[in-house]
Amino acid sequence: MLVYILRRLFYALPILIGVNVLTFLLFFVVNTPEDMARAHLGDKYVTEDAISNWIEEKGYDDPLFYNSESEGLNSFSETIFFNKSLKLFAFDFGRSDEGRDISSDISDRMGPSLALALPTFVVGIWVNICVALMVLMFRGSRLDRFAVSVFVTLMSISYLFYIIVGQYSIAKLSKLVPVSGFNDGLDGWRFLILPVIIGILAGIGAGARWYRTLFIDVSGQDFSRTARAKGVSEAGVLFRHILPNAMLPILTGVVVVIPTLFMGSLVMESFFSIPGLGSYMLDAIRAQDFAIVRAMVFLGSVLYITGLIMTDISYTWADPRVRLN
Amino acid sequence: MDLAFKPVVLWTDVLIFILVGLVSFFIYTLRRNPENRARWREVFSTKLGMSTFVIIMAYVSVALLDSLHFRSELPPAEGQDSEQVYYSNTVNSVLDLMLGEMGERQERTYSSPFSLKSWNRENIKTETGETVRDYPELTYGGQHLESPDDKALDIVFQSFKGLLLGLALASILIGIHWLILKRSQSDQPALPWSSAWLTFAVIMAIFGWLVTMGNLYHVLGTDQAGNDTLYESLKGIRTGVLIGTLATLITMPIAISLGIMAGYFRGWVDDAVQYIYTTLISIPGLLLIAASVLLFQVWINNNPSYFEVGLEKADAKFLALCFILGITSWTTLCRLLRAETLKISQLDYVQAAHAFGVSHLQIIWRHILPNLSHIILISFVLDFSGLVLAEAVLSYIGVGVDPAMASWGNMINLASTELSREPSIWWNLAGAFVLMFTLVLSVNLFSDLVNDAFDPKTKLETA
Repeated sequence: MLVYILRRLFYALPILIGVNVLTFLLFFVVNTPEDMARAHLGDKYVTEDAISNWIEEKGYDDPLFYNSESEGLNSFSETIFFNKSLKLFAFDFGRSDEGRDISSDISDRMGPSLALALPTFVVGIWVNICVALMVLMFRGSRLDRFAVSVFVTLMSISYLFYIIVGQYSIAKLSKLVPVSGFNDGLDGWRFLILPVIIGILAGIGAGARWYRTLFIDVSGQDFSRTARAKGVSEAGVLFRHILPNAMLPILTGVVVVIPTLFMGSLVMESFFSIPGLGSYMLDAIRAQDFAIVRAMVFLGSVLYITGLIMTDISYTWADPRVRLN
Repeated sequence: MDLAFKPVVLWTDVLIFILVGLVSFFIYTLRRNPENRARWREVFSTKLGMSTFVIIMAYVSVALLDSLHFRSELPPAEGQDSEQVYYSNTVNSVLDLMLGEMGERQERTYSSPFSLKSWNRENIKTETGETVRDYPELTYGGQHLESPDDKALDIVFQSFKGLLLGLALASILIGIHWLILKRSQSDQPALPWSSAWLTFAVIMAIFGWLVTMGNLYHVLGTDQAGNDTLYESLKGIRTGVLIGTLATLITMPIAISLGIMAGYFRGWVDDAVQYIYTTLISIPGLLLIAASVLLFQVWINNNPSYFEVGLEKADAKFLALCFILGITSWTTLCRLLRAETLKISQLDYVQAAHAFGVSHLQIIWRHILPNLSHIILISFVLDFSGLVLAEAVLSYIGVGVDPAMASWGNMINLASTELSREPSIWWNLAGAFVLMFTLVLSVNLFSDLVNDAFDPKTKLETA
């Protein structure tokens, strides 16, 4: 198992390098630091001095790949590629364009992101599976068709609409919970309950529909029919035969998401002013702070790849036939 | 030249018509295959399939009409050389002509649906010279009335007129279609045309009503800048339809060629292709889109000379957005095509073709591509609704469609602040939401049917 994980980590390396090079090309070659400086300082009435000051201040004044003015190894390390891109591998994210330390910002903001994303995720999956199982009980009936059309309808509503209408009707009109904000500790539930509920509701359509298709696939197989034929109750078939056998596809869809929960939700966090990584990214995008965007792109890819490896490991736990070697 | 207008050709206009051409060609070639015909017949033999298809077609035709742009000629000014013709700086479309003056009836600021007065109180000078603080009358909305008391009666009367106009037009077209159907006798069981006709009649009635009423009142009120909300929502159709189709179209060649190459040649080609898409998948999509859009924006701002009118700039940005959205979503299709090609290239007839010495290109063109066509088509339909919904989220983040271009995303964005004003402004959200929801729902229902008909066992990843 350990060997397997190590090998997978080794395979992940080229992908991370690819991500790294791609972001480097996007941020420094397609658009030169000078373009960035212009975009930041405004297009008009900007002097050459102001631009070169800005570039120097942010440390973008080195050559891209090879510094001919330095000697030895320094000619590789005193370059933008080394300082801004390669250092990401050591999780050294450097400073944002505003001068704040990105690494400490990220570790501060992971907590609130997780406080919102984890309940939404866990309860969401539980609700989706329960709804799907309930619908499965009535498979082929009119109720089933009605449920599917409700799922499709829910799926077709924009995520933003759920948030806007939910926030307006529950927080602003009924004043049941605060409109937005965040508080550390247990007291924070008042702020989190509404976004969590909205997040779950918005996900039911697509989620429950997906689980329903999965379960129907499994319930059509021979072992389910045999179980029914030998007199196992419908609930028994559902929980002892269908659910465990549907586990593999469920894990494929679910486990990969777990590490990326740290990244938070861009839209939800900004609507409810939760100081997590999602709103951090959004602020960075709006302020065109590319240092933060680069760091988050890299972090996101690392987390995604971690998720892929975790998915493979979870297979061995769900299905004894799977061996990793 | 005696043209009273000057056509304006935007990049996205060209692409959308190329797409229409491609799809028609695709359908034409698919028709020859009896199995494909049977599958599609299955889709259209349901009432739901017929109605949703008519709705989708209505959206597509509005989008196409809105993609024929021109600049109209300005009337010659006094003392101007008559040889020289000047064109208006605003770009209009054929849809604008059909909607009449709906887009030109600009008020000062918000007003509620069917209202005769503005939403804001302002200082008004009365005839006696006093200054009163009251709701000013609108410049256009309902100003054809002789007195405000006639409003209810006028709305009922004009509604009848609009509905009848739409229904009359619809019944003529349906009648023609009925006659054609009656003449062509076919031995196949009849398709449920009646539900298509019903949907068509309803759409035409609604459209007739909207055009009639929209030229007299502000049916959905006006937005902050005083633009008619109904008009803005209708203009949003083009943006929505284009983003849903172009994003897939632009990157489809990449997905198809890489997917087939990986599955057919295997070996290092396969490794390379898999590496490319794993790398792209692992980057958080929203961030990649945001970063690319921001970078493109920087480029546009540094090269303003490429664009003649403001709309061209917005259009370039829009095209870039489609491209970027496509880049982040082609991987799913590529993966599916790779897997399917792997399977097909092991089949006996492909092996036989190899043995006969048929070239690789011939095998791919003759034996592999035709067998992949349904996957391509299904994923095209499935991606559509996701892309339309994504546009709204991207606009909220600030990396979506240019604010100069009407889009549902931009309208929904303003809604969260507008709703909490007193009295709340709901019509912007409602207008964008209803049109967007109808489109996405129809496409979702239709794609479900297509998916069921083609392969009950294909598991396409639905978002």
